[in-house]
Amino acid sequence: MNLKKTLIAAMGAAVLAAPLVAAPVLSSTAEAAAEQFFPMIIYRTGAYAVGGIPLANGYGDYLKLLNARDGGINGVKIKFEECETQYSTKVGVECYEKLKGKGDVGPTVFNPNSTGITYAIIPKASVDKVPVHSMGYGRTAAGDGRVFPWAFTFPTSYWSQAAAFINYIGEREGGKNNLKGKKIAFIYHNSGYGKEPLPTFNKLAKKYGYDFKALAVDHPGQEQKAAWLQVRRYKPDYVFLTGWGVMNQVAIKEAAAIRFPMDHFIGNWWSGAEPDVLPAGKTAIGYIAATFNQPGAGTQAHADIVKHVYGGDAAAAKKGQIGQVLYNRGIINAIYDTEAVRTAMGKYGNKAMSGEQVRWGLENLNLTEARLGELGVKGFMGPISVSCKDHEGGGKVMFQQWSGTEWKIVKGWTDTMQDVIRPMIEEAAAAYAKENKITPRAC
Amino acid sequence: MFRQNGSFAKTMEVLNAIFVLPFVDMFTEPVFFAEVVVGGLLTGVMYSLVALGFVLIFKASGVFNFAQGAMVLFAALTLVGLMEKGVPVWLALIIAAGVMVIVAVVIEKLVLRPLVNQPDIILFMATIGITFFLEGFGETVWGSDIHRLDVGIPDATFEIGGMLLNEFDIWAAAIGAAMVAFLALFFRYTVIGRALRAVADDHQAALSVGIPLKTIWIVVWSVAGFVGLVAGIMWGTKSGVQFSLSLIALKALPVLILGGFTSIPGAIVGGLIIGVGEKVAEIYWGPLIGGAIENWFAYMLALAFLLFRPQGLFGEKIIERV
Repeated sequence: MNLKKTLIAAMGAAVLAAPLVAAPVLSSTAEAAAEQFFPMIIYRTGAYAVGGIPLANGYGDYLKLLNARDGGINGVKIKFEECETQYSTKVGVECYEKLKGKGDVGPTVFNPNSTGITYAIIPKASVDKVPVHSMGYGRTAAGDGRVFPWAFTFPTSYWSQAAAFINYIGEREGGKNNLKGKKIAFIYHNSGYGKEPLPTFNKLAKKYGYDFKALAVDHPGQEQKAAWLQVRRYKPDYVFLTGWGVMNQVAIKEAAAIRFPMDHFIGNWWSGAEPDVLPAGKTAIGYIAATFNQPGAGTQAHADIVKHVYGGDAAAAKKGQIGQVLYNRGIINAIYDTEAVRTAMGKYGNKAMSGEQVRWGLENLNLTEARLGELGVKGFMGPISVSCKDHEGGGKVMFQQWSGTEWKIVKGWTDTMQDVIRPMIEEAAAAYAKENKITPRAC
Repeated sequence: MFRQNGSFAKTMEVLNAIFVLPFVDMFTEPVFFAEVVVGGLLTGVMYSLVALGFVLIFKASGVFNFAQGAMVLFAALTLVGLMEKGVPVWLALIIAAGVMVIVAVVIEKLVLRPLVNQPDIILFMATIGITFFLEGFGETVWGSDIHRLDVGIPDATFEIGGMLLNEFDIWAAAIGAAMVAFLALFFRYTVIGRALRAVADDHQAALSVGIPLKTIWIVVWSVAGFVGLVAGIMWGTKSGVQFSLSLIALKALPVLILGGFTSIPGAIVGGLIIGVGEKVAEIYWGPLIGGAIENWFAYMLALAFLLFRPQGLFGEKIIERV
């Protein structure tokens, strides 16, 4: 063997042996610096991208902020990975399967960003022991933590939202009893998401005596003239909209086209963002929508995002849709999830939390006004307390109105008739438990 | 006996709801019925605008252009993107039309030319590829956000005889009708039009008599691009320019089945029938089964036509000698 061959053989052996030698060192390093992994099921493309982009931006930017400003959560660095679904349930399930095995100690929590995906992964998540947080969407019955220990709907649900809407228009009419004989039309996306509030509306119609007409619009909602012709004929006092994507923009234009008074046209919290009203121009002025976060970019958290995430470039932050309704919703989603991790760390120590530990954190989350102040978001979102039994967290809702240039809150935190809604949730959860042979936890 | 009576009463009730009450409703509220029909006609013209693009390419190449919806999106995105950069509407329109010609040239050069004389299904698959490319490329260049589009078409609502109509819908109908008339004349009385029909009949025979196949394809795809631009303006003004524009192609399919894949007047008549049919069905029969029937009703209507006229109302009769 000549020198050249000997050298090549030695180098080859060294290359082959390197991983064996280095592996224990690397693994111990990784263990020491395990990161908190946030899987992000998002949609930046497809028919609903207009809503998906700001949601993903807000969530991602807040995670980046914590890394840049605080070095993560209690010193544990955050890592995240996006998986694109195009708002397709099938692809969403694939994303879940792809991401559930990632992260040093597994994924933190899944935010499916779709009611369809939520329904599909709830049964899987309880097997995989990963919490699912469908913030203000998904299966409303999951608000009962005794039956759904791995699913969370806080800060509110579609049923609570429908009750808040009835409360709100009741107040406008001088009391809920004055709703008797009033007509309410409900225009909804013909999907699981759109149909979710129907039980509440029907139940409250019996209680308060209003007339109720539900009108479905098929995906994607580009054409809905038939529904609005029926609205014109029905002459409702109020119209409630549960749309998403292009359906919202078209609905607002169609409402204007039949001269329906905009301040009597109220959308749900997925039908009340800037992309929904801007294409309609001036005709959208006065349109109202539910919300559970303040609009605008006036909080300390926003200022910190501009400073730490965008390097002080306000124009770039604006391009990233900072301050828009759905961007802000992405932020509060991230605040809930990261604070749940912090809560879990309070019990299990400052290290990367597993899905099971985060579930405990979610279930014991208590965001007080004082804590929201410390986070720089006081007044931006409501205080909330989640428990083993109550995964909805009380479910209060606000209403905002479009002025032509910005959203303004016109009705603060509105009661959601939990005396009516909570028994409905528990009844639906009990039915689910019976159907799926689940023994509810004692809480 | 009671059970039999109950069942009979229920059957009568259902038959009454299907065959009597909707017609009573139409006659007792004729103004509303007229409004439904007019609304359907105006919507139908919007469907026809999309269907026209399909017809043009099918006539020229026998290919069902799956990418027509993506072309609508791409054309509208280009127009609104230019307008947002401060380009005047008229210039943005010209540039967007020019971009659609470039798209046609590229498609001819990179996709169609290498596939001459391949089975139709291969060309169809190629158009699926074009769809993915145009959607992705459009979003890459212009972003996935919603864009407000206003090219100055009036949008006020007015009342005639108790019917509420929208100026924009009237304009859309007028523009659609004008386009159909122009295209019908263009393809019937111009040299290119005749050449196009020859190419549609037989690629090789057309080539053998000196018809420049490449040029014809570029012309046809360009015209389909212009039609897509107009459709994109009309639909984009209503909903904002966004990805879902590419899905309106689904609305054109029943129109094509009904009107025939090779007939320009068929596209407009098919659009009108589908537009009126789905609105009337949704409003008068939809509530019986929970509503939201207009999408599938359009396809059901088209399928019913297929049973009796497989070539559609105005399509060329398929005669194959064996």
